[in-house]
Amino acid sequence: MLEIKDLHAKIAGTDTEIIKGLNLSVKAGEVAAIMGPNGSGKSTLSYILAGRDDYEVTSGDILFNGESILEMDPSERAAAGLFLAFQYPMEIPGVATMQFLKVAMNEQRKARGEEELKTPDFIKLVKEAAGDLEISMEMLKRPLNVGFSGGEKKRAEILQMKLLAPSLCVLDETDSGLDIDALKIVSEGVNSLRSPDRATIVITHYQRLLDYIVPDSVHVLSKGRIVKTGDKELAKELEANGYTDIIAEAAA
Amino acid sequence: MNIQAPIKHTAAEEVLFQSCEAANAAVACSEESQKLREAAVAQLRDNGFPTRRVESWHYTDLRAAVKQLSTPTGSRVSTPLLAGSKVLSADTHIAGVKIEPWSADKAQFAPLESDDAVGQINTALATCGSIATIEAGQTIDTPLSIENRGAHARNVVSIGAGASATIIESVSGDDGFSSDVTLISLAEGAKATYVATCEKGADAIQLGQLRVALGKDANLDIVIFNAGGRLIRREIIVLVEGEGSNLDIKGVNLIGGNSHIDVTTVLQHTVPNTVSEQLFRNISTGKGQGVFQGQIKVHQIAQKTDAQMACNTLLLSNDASFSAKPELEIFADDVICAHGATVAELDEDHLFYLCARGITERTARALLVEAFVDEAVEQIENEALVEALETRIGAWLEANG
Repeated sequence: MLEIKDLHAKIAGTDTEIIKGLNLSVKAGEVAAIMGPNGSGKSTLSYILAGRDDYEVTSGDILFNGESILEMDPSERAAAGLFLAFQYPMEIPGVATMQFLKVAMNEQRKARGEEELKTPDFIKLVKEAAGDLEISMEMLKRPLNVGFSGGEKKRAEILQMKLLAPSLCVLDETDSGLDIDALKIVSEGVNSLRSPDRATIVITHYQRLLDYIVPDSVHVLSKGRIVKTGDKELAKELEANGYTDIIAEAAA
Repeated sequence: MNIQAPIKHTAAEEVLFQSCEAANAAVACSEESQKLREAAVAQLRDNGFPTRRVESWHYTDLRAAVKQLSTPTGSRVSTPLLAGSKVLSADTHIAGVKIEPWSADKAQFAPLESDDAVGQINTALATCGSIATIEAGQTIDTPLSIENRGAHARNVVSIGAGASATIIESVSGDDGFSSDVTLISLAEGAKATYVATCEKGADAIQLGQLRVALGKDANLDIVIFNAGGRLIRREIIVLVEGEGSNLDIKGVNLIGGNSHIDVTTVLQHTVPNTVSEQLFRNISTGKGQGVFQGQIKVHQIAQKTDAQMACNTLLLSNDASFSAKPELEIFADDVICAHGATVAELDEDHLFYLCARGITERTARALLVEAFVDEAVEQIENEALVEALETRIGAWLEANG
């Protein structure tokens, strides 16, 4: 589903290279965890996947369902089925959450040549999805993410993910700022979306989240490259021993 | 005393003085009114149109802007902002509202400050307007409207003790030079919403002034909406002179094309325990130039004054500009006064977040711009008014965004 080939990327307008020859392949149905120390390029990778123009791909390619997405802008990537759950979701004053959800769902439908949702159908979909995530309709009347707690913001991200039903979900440090109860709710939300035709990339510092969202593969990112790939046992090993050994081993 | 050489009048100013004579001939009035009109003309002759050298006109060079003086060729018939509103003209009958035929003697001319060019022009040229009194104790549910159809209108709106009403003053038209001055007074315990909208074509010059006096425990919400025009100046001069009174101003300025829109507010808190709040949201795009001058004066005896002022602007193009000048003069020591002015571009992080959810950049921009402006409007109590303004804002952004 996703194939990243020898990707090099730098901060736009500078010579600072962050991603330095990254290779990664994620199949449909797979949950891949990307772990790595601070500054290894985890968040940068998620932004590059979503199409943020602060970063410039200098060589290599990203194939999504066999096609390069490098020339696509963020909204086209989203409409093609790519979703990034932000580490720090933006607070957007003045835009009601419900209005935002409706515009996003209908813009994606429009881009795919589908009919727009009728308001009653839209509200029904939101109510169902919100209930599972313990999000009240009261919260959705508020401006997008404004005054939401850390946990509420992350639940709102998962709500968007459920409603937009992407084929590739990228979760950027979704566990940061969550207490254990919120972590459970968010993880259940993500797990409920697991399906044979959907892939998920979980970017995280800690193994804790992977107890709830059990990955099929674990990749260690260091200095802009994947330096080791394994199964869920690799995450436990990292938790026990830290990154130092693995990174040293890769450098040797 | 300084001896100053008389200024050389521009062609437009010469036309202005001819118009003053014509207005004089057209409107009969008492000797007292006549003297006040002549005094206004004399002030205009002495000073001409104000330039940037006049402090209160520092960001709006009227003399340079008025190249020629023409009468508006006619007003577009604009749809009323609120459905079901009734026009305050002498042949309208509304229970609880006294409407008198316009005359210069009822227009409440008064001596004017030397830099009050809007007042002078209007005093010299006014030939029409609405004179209305909301009678004491009356609650008027029907929205009332004032349509400034003539070139120079002067309105007097008095709201009696304990009365309440919603009044919408509108001016539209594609070209020409026009002015309006509206004198608004609220007696004890009166409550009103006063909306002033100005939607003009690209060649129009419009000068407007609201001159307000607030009585004890009076409550006034002012809503300003300006869009279009070559040059619009809207002055709001308020005497907060009744204890326990409350003033709220919400304003939206949509500045595009070659428009220059100037909103100047002067608030005087002269008694203890009063509140004023001002919030302006502005969009400047194309080659639009915006100006906000906000002056708050708190007199020494006006303890416990709470005066807040905010002016936030989004610049959407490289050629657009906005100048903001907050000015506080506080002589009382136990007050809360605050002002804030921001001028910014659209937040790229916000834009990316929306786009990452599949919203096209064009739609995302429109959504954010509209949200920014609507934030000021949404705080207005009257829901029908909120909806009506949001519709106008949406249409303008669609055409100019």
